[in-house]
Amino acid sequence: MSRGLYDLIGLAAGVAFILALKGLSHPRTARRGNLIGAFGATLATLVVFFYASPESTLPLNNLGWILGAIFVGLAIGVPAARKVQMTQMPQLVALFNGVGGGAAALVAIVEYLRLGDEATTAEVIFTVFTVIVGCVSFSGSIITFMKLQELMTTRPVIFPAGRFIIAATLVSVIGVGGWVVSALGTTPLLVLAGLSLLFGVLFVLPVGGADVPIVISLLNAFTGLTVAASGYVLDSVLLIIAGTLVGASGTILTRLMAEAMGRSLFGTLFGAFTAKPQAASDSAEERPVRSGSPDDVAILLNYARRVVIVPGFGLAVAQAQHTVRELADLMISKGIDVAYGIHPVAGRMPGHMNVLLAEANVPYDQLEEMDEINPTFSQTDVAIVIGANDVVNPAAENTPGCPIYGMPILQVANAANVIFLKRSMRPGFAGIENELLYDPKTMLLFGDAKASLTKVVSALKAL
Amino acid sequence: MEPIAIVSIFVLAVFVGFEVVSKVSSTLHTPLMSGANAIHGVILVGAIIVADHASTNLELGLAVAAIVLATINMVGGFVVTDRMLEMFKGKKK
Repeated sequence: MSRGLYDLIGLAAGVAFILALKGLSHPRTARRGNLIGAFGATLATLVVFFYASPESTLPLNNLGWILGAIFVGLAIGVPAARKVQMTQMPQLVALFNGVGGGAAALVAIVEYLRLGDEATTAEVIFTVFTVIVGCVSFSGSIITFMKLQELMTTRPVIFPAGRFIIAATLVSVIGVGGWVVSALGTTPLLVLAGLSLLFGVLFVLPVGGADVPIVISLLNAFTGLTVAASGYVLDSVLLIIAGTLVGASGTILTRLMAEAMGRSLFGTLFGAFTAKPQAASDSAEERPVRSGSPDDVAILLNYARRVVIVPGFGLAVAQAQHTVRELADLMISKGIDVAYGIHPVAGRMPGHMNVLLAEANVPYDQLEEMDEINPTFSQTDVAIVIGANDVVNPAAENTPGCPIYGMPILQVANAANVIFLKRSMRPGFAGIENELLYDPKTMLLFGDAKASLTKVVSALKAL
Repeated sequence: MEPIAIVSIFVLAVFVGFEVVSKVSSTLHTPLMSGANAIHGVILVGAIIVADHASTNLELGLAVAAIVLATINMVGGFVVTDRMLEMFKGKKK
């Protein structure tokens, strides 16, 4: 295959990626968009096997190793993506992003080893960039994975003099990067990789749980840029186009997500540096709360005219989306006006709740976004909060200095009655106490969301 | 390739990237992120190229590791995105 044809097919794959991103931006075309992207990626991968670069011949060297490695990747990636539960999808995306960053860093290292002294300064600079950012993306994504999987604390991890350690690490990374460019050699590059991995860990540790999705998106954009830089070193137009597209769209997406949460990007990334660790609420367990039985909840619902359901991560954990729909249908059959109030970042990722409720075939017109639903809470008799906490926490509006201050919330406190379905009195993902739980108009129903809802449904049917 | 050609491709791709996602609803943030994530899995192409070039066992070992990771990123990414979007099907906006 000639270089011209090879580049032309690469361009076709690049166009497929543009159409993929375009398609993914609209609900109707999203699935097709993803398939177009997959087609482009497959095309780009296949064509490599039929093009002999000036330095090599066909069939490719090490063909057995290459095909074997692809097979291993398929054997790991496909089952993981197929079997993962909806609740764990965000951390899987984080993990996939991390391994992509790791792959880009490895590619840059191998090409650097091969080129040795022949590398031009520009190639070395791009290699250094790829190794730094790829390693940061890799280790940072692993930490976000551990936070989301709750293998480690979801709260911001802040250690004494943390910001100085982080700053010092960053300075060393840049310094060693300069050393690689000026002195060349394998040792400086490996030191660089190690320091970058460390920086990725330190960079993500202070980020609070609720902000993790924004960080995943940012690291995703980073990985895109490393792919673009590898494209320069490997002389591949396709990698430059694909990487730059992801880098640019990822940056915009990160900003959009930060806006949806009412945060500045800067505040998200560096807010934890200045935040004080939250003082543990000493009186939390002893303060009185009003807890009710499923029957109490059913009675309250039976005499309501308007009910708003506010789903959160607890709904996803309990897999209660079908049960909640059953409850909503039952209420509608009794002539009660039912709507779902969807916070843009309820769950662990933006849009998480929409996906979950769509799975249970909840009609789209019952889902209302935050700006639509907030003015209606004052005419709402009952707000049922199912496994959500931070997104309804009034502290975001009235406690300056708390980690979620400034985030727009669903103002369920304006409803006449609030019912919280919770597993325990444990605070939400952001680790902040919710005053609303102690409000006299709040009733708590403890237990697994699905079990509780099932009981409420049967109690309501019996009425 | 000419540096100016590379810079041109880069700058144009930046603008296209900004443009295509500028009006996305928050419902689609997660699938879009996941789809973009899968797209950067094309680093697989780079990994295959360096595996082809590899002349020492160290280079080949690292390249093979890169291929495994990149394949997971690319294929897993598209599959998981499709699963997310599957749940939107039959829904009319």
